[in-house]
Amino acid sequence: MDQLFVNLKNMALHLIGVFAPDWLVSLSSILISVGAMTFLGIFIMMYLTLMERKVIGRMQNRIGPNRVGKWGLLQPVADAIKMLTKEDIVPEPADRLLHFLAPVMIVIPALLIFAVIPFGRNMTALDLNVGLLYFFAMSSTTTMVIFMAGWGSRNKYASLGGMRSVAQMISYEVPMVLSVVPVLLSVGSLSTGKIVEAQADLWFVLTPWGFFACVIFFLCGVAECNRSPFDLPEAESEIVAGFHTEFSGMKFALFYMAEFMNAFSIAALTATLFLGGWQGPLLPSWLWFILKTYSLLFVMMWFRGTLPRLRADQMMGLAWKFLLPLALVNILAAGLHLYLGGPAGFASALIILLGSFMGLSKVNRSYVPEKREYVLAD
Amino acid sequence: MESLQVLVKAGIYILMAAGSLAAIGAVFFPNLFYAGLSLAGVLICVAGIYLSAGADFLAMVQILIYVGAVMTLIIYAIMLTNIEEIKVSHLGIKQILLSILAVSGFAVLTASAILSIDWRPLSGQNRLEVHELGAALMSRYIFPFEVLGILLFAVLIGAIVIARKDKV
Amino acid sequence: MNLIPTEHYLLFALVLFAAGVTGILTRRNVIGVLISIELMLNAAAINLVVFSHTVKTAPETGQLFAFFVIALAAAGAAVGLAIVLALYRNRHTVQTDEMNLLKW
Repeated sequence: MDQLFVNLKNMALHLIGVFAPDWLVSLSSILISVGAMTFLGIFIMMYLTLMERKVIGRMQNRIGPNRVGKWGLLQPVADAIKMLTKEDIVPEPADRLLHFLAPVMIVIPALLIFAVIPFGRNMTALDLNVGLLYFFAMSSTTTMVIFMAGWGSRNKYASLGGMRSVAQMISYEVPMVLSVVPVLLSVGSLSTGKIVEAQADLWFVLTPWGFFACVIFFLCGVAECNRSPFDLPEAESEIVAGFHTEFSGMKFALFYMAEFMNAFSIAALTATLFLGGWQGPLLPSWLWFILKTYSLLFVMMWFRGTLPRLRADQMMGLAWKFLLPLALVNILAAGLHLYLGGPAGFASALIILLGSFMGLSKVNRSYVPEKREYVLAD
Repeated sequence: MESLQVLVKAGIYILMAAGSLAAIGAVFFPNLFYAGLSLAGVLICVAGIYLSAGADFLAMVQILIYVGAVMTLIIYAIMLTNIEEIKVSHLGIKQILLSILAVSGFAVLTASAILSIDWRPLSGQNRLEVHELGAALMSRYIFPFEVLGILLFAVLIGAIVIARKDKV
Repeated sequence: MNLIPTEHYLLFALVLFAAGVTGILTRRNVIGVLISIELMLNAAAINLVVFSHTVKTAPETGQLFAFFVIALAAAGAAVGLAIVLALYRNRHTVQTDEMNLLKW
């Protein structure tokens, strides 16, 4: 049961190997993995949109979509048909090549990240020995594509939204990469498969540095996906729709798809790095992975339904003045914990982290104007 | 297995051809934004070449730093300095042809030098692991590493100071 | 690495380098010149990585030096673009032939 999908793939390859030459078997092994991941990506995105609308609806004391199919399960199909049949409007001064390429190129890194996510035991599509760095490389190419989208629309709001979005993404990449360094210190390898296997005894989130690193990584990941409460670049009341204002129909569907795929990758990677990946006692490994990832996605949707939006300067201040120093102190604390070992290391790491957290919150206290004295004319 | 190797070799040659075309595009497009995007294409092709030469860590670092950060810088600069129409280069055709001639002369000379040497790649070298790179960086190349850290710190402060609006 | 002969990698690096030099000689825009400089630095880094397989030093030397080249190229691009922004603020242009205040 645990190796269900691996066995299915091996059976398919045996079947093909009966009547096909050797190279065709290797090629079809690659094609089966790629096809499964692509299909999985699209399927996940479709039902994530439904899950988001129902969860946020329940948080706002209403039922989500429930007209199309039982419990609204066919709603994504209806959305897909609507997006496919909408007219594709390209504004006249816009750059046609950039307007065409931007939605295509934003889905490519989002899909490529799925190659290093360990979906279960032996179920990583491509177990690179630089897997984690591959994830950071792919998520940093998205910034350039957002520029393309914003600039190519020749729209002031789109360019402004694009520049804000890129500033947000590059600011939040720095604490994200730094918060992963303690995990690398502990495991000694960049490969996602080895990171999951190293958590067989103790999930990293239960150590002091791991808890802080998990929170920092998750917050920075939510900011990277431009989701609430960091969705200033695409909020409707702020800046029309940011960099994807001028895209309609299928192009907008591709942007939406890329955003949800990014959200899924962030949740999957947080589960892999800190929550133990597919490790778990009774259930099959891929089921544990799905449970962990979807609970993190539920937390993301919970953020969207509950928290107010951060202003642009508050958002940048959070990244540079709070999360970055905290991530650096986290590396120090992790080093202490691993070097001293045992309760001494645990306690010293905990004290350093709590102290720096409180210190940084005091330093970053927002400006509160003093009470005014009113002198009434008497 | 032979056919897969042929496919891989064809893939590497296609990457090289695409990289060369994108490089020529980066140099000759009058629209600076297209030139910047062609540069991004060159950088991704070069990362693919690094992968094929067995330097996978370097390929990921190339994409992360060059495409993720340097291209963002270049495109920010293009957007902030190109508010009016993008001026086409008024360089005379004679100067362009002369420079192409000179550079092709140099290229032909160097190419003949490259092709006349008998390169014998050493056979016993496997793919380098990341931890070996890290160990070398921390033991033998620690001095350039620290100097690079200080240099990047100076660049950070210097770039902020130079690009700041003067407080009038 | 032993799939393709070394000369082909070196010729590709040469094409990139020649394109970069042509760009520096031909481009009027300062940012265009910076783009061509990045092309030349990439060509040098490819050469370093390829040579790590042909000479008898330690195999990680080529990759580490290419890593340093990448980091230095990023630093150079950062400072260069900061200077371009300061220039644009003063002269309102980024064409190289309009920066002629020091000419006699």
